[in-house]
Amino acid sequence: MSFLNFAWSWLKSAQQWHGQSGIPIRILEHLYYSGLSLLVAALIAIPLGVLVGHTGRGRFVLVNLANVWRAIPTLGLLILLVVLIGFSTLTWLIPLVVLAIPPILVNAYEGVAGVDPDLKDAALGMGMTQWQVVRKVEVPLASPLIVLGLRTAALFVVATATIAAVISLGGLGRYIIDGLAANNYAEVAGGATVIVVLALAVQVLFIGLRRLIVPAGLRAQAKASR
Amino acid sequence: MSPTRLPLRQGAILALAASAAVTLAACGSSSPSNSNPLSGGSSKGTVVIGSANFPENQLLAQIYSTALQAKGVKVTDKFNIGAREVYYPQVEKGTISIIPEYNGTLLTVEVDKTSTAKTTDDVNAALKANLPSSMEILNSAAAQDSDSVTVTQAFAKAHNLTSIADLKAIDSKVIFGGPPEFPTRSDGLKGLKQNYGLTFKKFEPLDESGPITLAALKDGKVQAADVFTTTPQIITDKLVSLTDPKFNFAAQNVTPLVYKKAMTPTIISTLNAISAKLTTQELLAIDTKVIVDHENYQTVATDWLKSVGLMS
Amino acid sequence: MVWSWIPQNWGLIWQYTSDNALLGLVPPLIGLAISIPLGVVSVRWGWVYPPLLSLTSAVYAIPSLAVFVVLIDYTGLGNLTVIIALTLFSLCVLLPNVVDGLRGVSQPVRQAATAMGYGEIRRLVQVELPIATPVVIAGLRIAVVSSISLASVAQLIGVGSLGYFFIDGLQRDFPTEIYVGAFAVLALAFVSDMLLVTIGALLTPWRRGQRTLGGVWAISLAGTGR
Repeated sequence: MSFLNFAWSWLKSAQQWHGQSGIPIRILEHLYYSGLSLLVAALIAIPLGVLVGHTGRGRFVLVNLANVWRAIPTLGLLILLVVLIGFSTLTWLIPLVVLAIPPILVNAYEGVAGVDPDLKDAALGMGMTQWQVVRKVEVPLASPLIVLGLRTAALFVVATATIAAVISLGGLGRYIIDGLAANNYAEVAGGATVIVVLALAVQVLFIGLRRLIVPAGLRAQAKASR
Repeated sequence: MSPTRLPLRQGAILALAASAAVTLAACGSSSPSNSNPLSGGSSKGTVVIGSANFPENQLLAQIYSTALQAKGVKVTDKFNIGAREVYYPQVEKGTISIIPEYNGTLLTVEVDKTSTAKTTDDVNAALKANLPSSMEILNSAAAQDSDSVTVTQAFAKAHNLTSIADLKAIDSKVIFGGPPEFPTRSDGLKGLKQNYGLTFKKFEPLDESGPITLAALKDGKVQAADVFTTTPQIITDKLVSLTDPKFNFAAQNVTPLVYKKAMTPTIISTLNAISAKLTTQELLAIDTKVIVDHENYQTVATDWLKSVGLMS
Repeated sequence: MVWSWIPQNWGLIWQYTSDNALLGLVPPLIGLAISIPLGVVSVRWGWVYPPLLSLTSAVYAIPSLAVFVVLIDYTGLGNLTVIIALTLFSLCVLLPNVVDGLRGVSQPVRQAATAMGYGEIRRLVQVELPIATPVVIAGLRIAVVSSISLASVAQLIGVGSLGYFFIDGLQRDFPTEIYVGAFAVLALAFVSDMLLVTIGALLTPWRRGQRTLGGVWAISLAGTGR
C-alpha cells in the first residue's frame, strides 16, 4: 500500500472526525498554538524592527541574529522548557515565540532600513514628525517585507507546533507521534496529510494577507521588477 | 602570526586542513561499538544490540553490550529505536540481533494477541511455541518491569483504592494517562475494559513512564496512569500501584529476544548469566542510578556487572 | 548543570555530533548539485521558474517531521529517508539563490564573454557561475545551518543525531544533556557557517576586504557582505 492508500484508509474512517482527538479539534489546537505565538511575536518584533530600522541603532546584533536563529534546534528548545518549568502554556508559548521573532524582526528592520533616504528627507522636509515619517512612509514601504517575515514565521511556528506532540501537547503532530508509537502507519500517513494541507493553507492565507495589506502601487512595482 | 592575521590563502588552507584533521580524528576515534550511520544492517560477524526508546531498556541493552564486548564479541549498538512495534520486525529480519524484552507484553502485543498465559512459565512456553522461526527467547531474569495502573497516595486514600477493580465506581471521572500506544494494546485500555469493565473519561497520551507522566499524575492532569513498576519515582513520590487480581498485565520478566542465526554459545551463556543475576530489586536500584542520579549508562552497566561477579 | 558529565561522555557526544554533521552537510551538497542545473534551466527558459518556485515554496512549508514520515513508506526508517528530506529542503533554499545569482550576471559581461569566443557551457562555468558564487554561498549557508538543526528532529524516527540528548534528557529529567545537545548543534552550525564563508572567499578572490582570514570572518559577522 502506498502512502496515499494508508492516508486515505485513515481519513475516510468517520471516527477520525469526531471526539476529543478528532481532526477538527486537533486542527483548532494547532491553530491556537501557532496563532497565539505568532501574534505575541509580531507584537514584539514589528515595533522593535521598525525602531532599529528607523534609528539604525542595534543593527549589528540584529544581523547576526538572522544567522543564528536558523540553527536553534526546535525540539531541544521545547524539551528544555518542559524540563525546566514543567507543563503550562508558557512551556510551548516561549519556544514558539522565540522562533517566530527573528524572521519578523529582521524583515521589519530591513524593510524600514531599505527605504530610500531621499524619501525620508522629502517627508521631513514636508513637515512630518519622525513618528509620522515612520507611520506614513516607512511602514507602508516596508509592508511587503514585513508580511513576508510574518509568512516565514508562520511557516516555522506551524512546523514546530507539529513536533510539540513529543512533550505531550495536542495538535496535529499527535497523529504522527502516536502513530509512530503504535506502528500505525495509517494514522501517521493520515496525520501527515492533514498537516501538509494545513501548512499550505496557512501560506496561502499570508499570500492573501499581502494583497490586503501591501499598498497596490507597491505590489505593481514588485511585479514589474521581477 | 595568529590565524586571523594570515593572508587569506594561507589562512584558509590552514583552517580547512585543521577541520579535515578534526573530522578524520572524529571518525577514527569511534569506539568499536559506535553505530555507523551509513550502514543499514549489521556487518558480518557483528552483533547488533537494539533497545527501545526508554532509559531502563537502554540500560539493559548496555549491560548486554558491555558484557558481550568483555567476552570479545564484536558489537554494534543501535539504541533508542522506538516502541516494540517498530523494532520487532527488525529482530525478525535480523537487522537487530538482540534486544531486551519483557515476555508478557511481547507475547500479547506481537506474538499471540489472544493468549491468556499469565505466569512466567506459561508465558515463556507460549512464546516458544509461537515465535516466528527466525527468533527465540533466552532465559528470563527474575526481574520484572510491568505496566500498571498507578495513582497518587492521596487519590488512593480519598477513593479507597487498593486494586484496579476498585476504579469501577469512579472510572467515568478518571482521566487516564499512558504511553501513546496504550489505547490499542490488548493489555492497555482494551484489556482494562475487558477484564475490569473500565471506561475512562479520557486518555491522555504522555510518555513512557517518564517525567511527563509523573508530572501529569502529581499535578492532577491525569488521575491514574500507566507507570512502569521499576520507575524509581514510585518510591520517591509515594505513588500507589493498584493490584491486578485478574492478571490484566501478565508476567513481565526481562528476557532477551534474539535472532537465532546471530547466536553463538558464548553469547547465549553470557546473556543467560546476566538473567540469572538480575532481580527486580537490582533492576530498580540501577534504574534509580541512571534516571534519578543521572549516572552514565555505561558506568552503571559496568559497575553492576562487576558487582555481581560477571566482569572483573 | 553537571559539568563533569561532559568529559565523562565525550565519546558519545562526538559520535552523535559526527552523525548529525553527516546528516547536516551531505543534503545541502546534493541539493546544490541538483539546483545548479535546475537553476540554469530556469534562467534559460524563464517560464519554468515561477511554477518551480511555487512547488519548492510549497514543499518548504511542510513540517520536516511530516516529510520524514511520508518518505518512510518508500525509503524506510533510516538515514536515507532523512537525507532525502533534508535535500528537498535544501533545494528549496538553494534554487532561488542559484537563479538570483545567475540572473545577477549583467548582460554586457555575458556579451563580452561571447565576443571573446566562449561557448555557452564555457561561459556558464567560467564566467556566470563564478560571478554567482557569493549569492549561491549565501544560500548554501542557510541550507547547511537549517539542515544541521533539522537533523536533530530525525531522532524522533529513530535516526541517530544530536536529538538523542534531547530525548534522553527529557526521559531522565536531566537538563545538562539538553544544554549540551543544544550547544553542540549551535557550535556545529557556527563552525560549518564559518567554513562556508572561508570557502566562499577562496572562490572569489576578487572581492574587497578579503586579504586576511580574519578580515573575511569579520565581514561575515558584520553582515555587510551578505
